Amino acid sequence: MLYRENGQFKTSYAADQQIFPILQDRVAIGALLAIAFVIVPMFGSEYIFRAILIPFLILALAALGLNILVGYCGQISLGTGAFMAVGAYGAYNFLVRIDGMPLIAAMLLGGLSATVIGVLFGIPSLRIKGLYLAMATLAAQFFTDWAFLRIGWFTNNSTSGSVSVAKLNVFGLPIESPVAKYLFCLVVVCVFALMAKNLTRSAIGRQWMAIRDMDVAAAVIGIRPMYAKLTAFAVSSFIVGVAGVLWAFIHLGAWEPAAFSIDRSFQLLFMVIIGGLGSIMGAFFGAAFIIVLPILLDQVPQWFGIPLSTATTSHLVHMIFGALIVFFLIVEPHGLAKLWSIGKQKLRLWPFPH
Amino acid sequence: MMMNDMAVAAQAAASASGGRRIGDVVLDLQNISLRFGGVKALTDISFNVREHEIRSIIGPNGAGKSSMLNVINGVYHPQEGRILFRGQERRKMEPHMAATQGIARTFQNIALFKGMSVLDNIMTGRNLKMKSNIFQQALYWGAVQKEEIAHREKVEEIIDFLEIQSVRKTPVGQLPYGLQKRVELGRALAAEPTMLLLDEPMAGMNVEEKQDMCRFILDVNDQFGTTIVLIEHDMGVVMDISDRVVVLDYGKKIGDGAPDEVRNNEDVIRAYLGTSH
Amino acid sequence: MGFFLETLFGGLMAGMLYSLIALGFVLIYKASGVFNFAQGAMVLFAALAMARFAEWIPKWLGFDNLIVANLLAFVAAMALMIVLAWAIERLCLSKLVNQEGITLLMATLGISYFLDGLGQTLFGNDIYSINVGMPKDPAMILENVFEGGLLLSKEDLIAAIIAAALVALLALFFQKTATGRALRAVADDHQAAQSIGIPLNRIWVIVWSVAGFAALVAGIIWGSKLGVQFSLSLVALKALPVVILGGLTSVPGAIIGGLIIGVGEKLSEIYLGPFFGGGIEIWFAYVLALAFLLLRPQGLFGEKIIDRV
Repeated sequence: MLYRENGQFKTSYAADQQIFPILQDRVAIGALLAIAFVIVPMFGSEYIFRAILIPFLILALAALGLNILVGYCGQISLGTGAFMAVGAYGAYNFLVRIDGMPLIAAMLLGGLSATVIGVLFGIPSLRIKGLYLAMATLAAQFFTDWAFLRIGWFTNNSTSGSVSVAKLNVFGLPIESPVAKYLFCLVVVCVFALMAKNLTRSAIGRQWMAIRDMDVAAAVIGIRPMYAKLTAFAVSSFIVGVAGVLWAFIHLGAWEPAAFSIDRSFQLLFMVIIGGLGSIMGAFFGAAFIIVLPILLDQVPQWFGIPLSTATTSHLVHMIFGALIVFFLIVEPHGLAKLWSIGKQKLRLWPFPH
Repeated sequence: MMMNDMAVAAQAAASASGGRRIGDVVLDLQNISLRFGGVKALTDISFNVREHEIRSIIGPNGAGKSSMLNVINGVYHPQEGRILFRGQERRKMEPHMAATQGIARTFQNIALFKGMSVLDNIMTGRNLKMKSNIFQQALYWGAVQKEEIAHREKVEEIIDFLEIQSVRKTPVGQLPYGLQKRVELGRALAAEPTMLLLDEPMAGMNVEEKQDMCRFILDVNDQFGTTIVLIEHDMGVVMDISDRVVVLDYGKKIGDGAPDEVRNNEDVIRAYLGTSH
Repeated sequence: MGFFLETLFGGLMAGMLYSLIALGFVLIYKASGVFNFAQGAMVLFAALAMARFAEWIPKWLGFDNLIVANLLAFVAAMALMIVLAWAIERLCLSKLVNQEGITLLMATLGISYFLDGLGQTLFGNDIYSINVGMPKDPAMILENVFEGGLLLSKEDLIAAIIAAALVALLALFFQKTATGRALRAVADDHQAAQSIGIPLNRIWVIVWSVAGFAALVAGIIWGSKLGVQFSLSLVALKALPVVILGGLTSVPGAIIGGLIIGVGEKLSEIYLGPFFGGGIEIWFAYVLALAFLLLRPQGLFGEKIIDRV
C-alpha cells in the first residue's frame, strides 16, 4: 500500500513529463543519491571503492553510452573498447602535450576524440545494417588495438608501451584517495546519466527509437536517417570516451592497449543486454551484475569450504554470462530493468492481485 | 457584384459537397516506370491529384498500388517518368524530403515504432516542427521543456480527435490491430501534412471499425483540407468517399475517373470488379 | 619472384583455411538467417574435444594405437558436435524464430561465451596438441625453375587440399541432395518451406551439425598446426571479413573471399607492413572488407536485398 500513484493527479503536461512522475520514486532516488554521496564515503572501505564501486560506476557509464547506440538507436557496436581507448589515449595526449591542461578539460577533449572516431566508423551505418555494421565496428576495434600498440606517438613514445598519469586534481582538489576518486566518478556519472535521460526523452531520443523500430517509416515522417544515426554514434562514443578516460586515469592509473581489448567490448555489450536494452537504469543494473557475479562466485564457495580455482571461476562466469544473454534475449529483451519495472507494477497493486 | 455572387454560389456548392473546394493539380505523375531488376512493377503510368480531393488507387493484389505510393513519397525511385509536386519537378528525392514538403503516409503492414508508447509515436510525427538542438535537449531546460509541452498539447488534440485517450501511455505493440491503425493515422496527422497517403487503412477491420476510420478520413479531409491518396480494397468505401479513382492492373493503368465512370469501364470490370468483387 | 610466389602460396593456403571457417558461417546463415558468431567457439570446442578424447580414449579402453585413438576421438567429437547442434536448436534457436538479425547475432555471442566456458571446464585450459600425423617438414618445389626453388610447408599444402575437398563436398551436398535442396528452400523462406512439409527444426539441427563438422575439421587442422588453445576461438574473427567479402549467402563467395583475404593479408604484411610498423595483418582484412562493403553491400556473390514496405 506504500507504493501508489493514486491521488497523484497531474494537472499540467510538465508534471506528467517529469523523469520520475511518481512521488515515491522521487523520494527513493533522493535517498539513493544521499546514500551514495554522504553515507558511502563515510563508511566504505578501500577495497569496496577500488574493487567494486569505482569500476562499477565507470563501466555503468560506458554501458550507458553503448545503450544509447544499441538500445535506443538499434545500431550494434562490437567496438566499444576501441572508443574507450580513443577517449583514454586522446585525453592522455592532451594532458601530457599541453602544459596546465586541467583534468576535466582533458576528459572532455578525450570524449570529443572518441566522438570523431565514433562518427567516422558510424558512417558505414548509413549504408549497412546489423551484422555488417558489427563488422565495421570490429574493424575499429582491431585498428585501434594496433594503432595504440604500434604508433609510438600516441603513447608519447613510451618504451614499455604502457602509459600512466599521476597527481590528478580538479580545481586544486587532489583526486588521489579512493574516496576522492569515487566521488569524482559519481559526480561525472550522475551528470551524464541525467543528460542521457534528457536526450532520450526529448525529440532526438524519439528519432533514435524511431530509426531503431522501423527505419523506413521514420524516414517517411521526416527523420533524416543520417542525422539520427550519426548523432547516436556521436553521443554514444562521447560518453564511452569519457568512461574510457575515467577507466584509464582514475581506475587504472597506468594502462596499455589490452585494457580496452575486444573482451571489454563484449563485456559492455553483455551489460547492456543483461541490464536492459533501451534503458538508462539498465546500464547500472548490467554493470552491477557483471561486477558482482565474479566476486560472488569467488566468495560464496569459500563460505561452504569448497574454494574454486581462479580458472574455474572464470569459466563459470563465461558460462553464466553466455546462458543469461540467451535467456534474456529469449525471455525478456529489456533485461533486469524490465524485471524491475514489472516488480514495481506488482507493488503498485499490492496487496491486490489485479 | 456579379463576381461576388459567383463566389458565393461556388462556396455554397462547395459546402453542399462536403465543405471542400477541389483545387488545382498539386501532384502530377507523368509516364512513371519502375523496375526491380527484371521485374516491372509499374509501366508508363500517368495520373494527377488535385488539391483537397480524395483520390483512390484500386486494383487487384500485386497491381503496383503500394509501389505507386512509395514512388510518390520517395521510398522508391522510378527509372523513367517525371513527378511534379506543386508545379516543381523533383529529381531523386529521399523520403524525409517528401515529409518536409508536407507529404505524410501510413503503411499497409502497420509500421509503428513498436517499442514506444502511443504518445511517443505521435510525438515523433511532429519531429519536423521541433526546433531545439541536441545540446539544449541534453539540458532539457526552459525552451526545450516549453517546446515539448506545446507539442504535447497538439498531440493531445490528435489523440482526442481519434478517440484514443485511454491508451495514450500504452506501448503500441500491445494495442489491438484496429487501434494501431488509428495510431498510425495519428502519427501521420501530427506532421500537419497537406497530402496524406493511406495504404489500405481499413484492411482487416470489421464494419464498425471501418465506419470509424471512414469518418476520420472524411473529417481530416473536411476540417483540415488535406488532400488524400487512398489505397483500399473495400469497393463500397472507395465508391462512397472518393472524388476520383485510378485503377491499376499488372503495373499498368486501366482506368481513371469519377467513381461512376470507373464502375462502368469495361476493362476495369473485366480485370477487377467483375471477377473478385 | 621466388619470394613473391612463396608468399602468394602461403597466402592461398591460409586462405583455404579461412574459407573452411567462413563456410561454417555461410551454411548457417543460408539455412537459418543467423549470423553465427559462435563459429569460432565451436572450432575451439571441437578441437579441445578432439585433442582430449584422443588422449583419454586409449586410457579408458587400455590400448595404444594412434590411428585408432584419432578415429575414435573424431567420432566422439563429432557426436558431441551433433548433440551441441541439437541443444542449440532446442534451447535457443527454436525460441528465437522470426526475431531480428541483430537479436540472433547477440544470442550467438552468448552461445559463444557459453561454449568457451563449457569447453574449458570440461576439457581443461592448457595448451593441447593434436597429432594426426601431419608432416612437419617443408618441401622444396620448382628447384629447376628458380634459383633455390620454392619453400612450401607440406602441412599447409595437405591442409589446403583437405579444406578444398571439404568445400567441394559441401557445395555438392547443397546443390545435389534432397536435404541440400530443403536447406536452400528453408533459407529462401522459412514459412513457405514449413508449409510444404519441410521440418524446420530438423533442418536446423542438420545444418548446425554440418557447421559443427566444418568446425571440427578446421579445429583439427589449425590445432595440429598451432596447438589447441583459447586463441583458436579468435581465428573465427579473422574469417569474418571473408564472409563479408564473399557475400553471406554464397558458398563460392566464401572460398574466393577466403583466398583473397589470405593472399591480401600475407602480401600486405610483407609489402605494406614495413611502412606501417608491422602487425597490420590483424586489421588489413577488415579494412579491405569494409572498403568493399561500401561499394557493394551484398558482397561479391551475395544476393541484392530490396527493402519492401
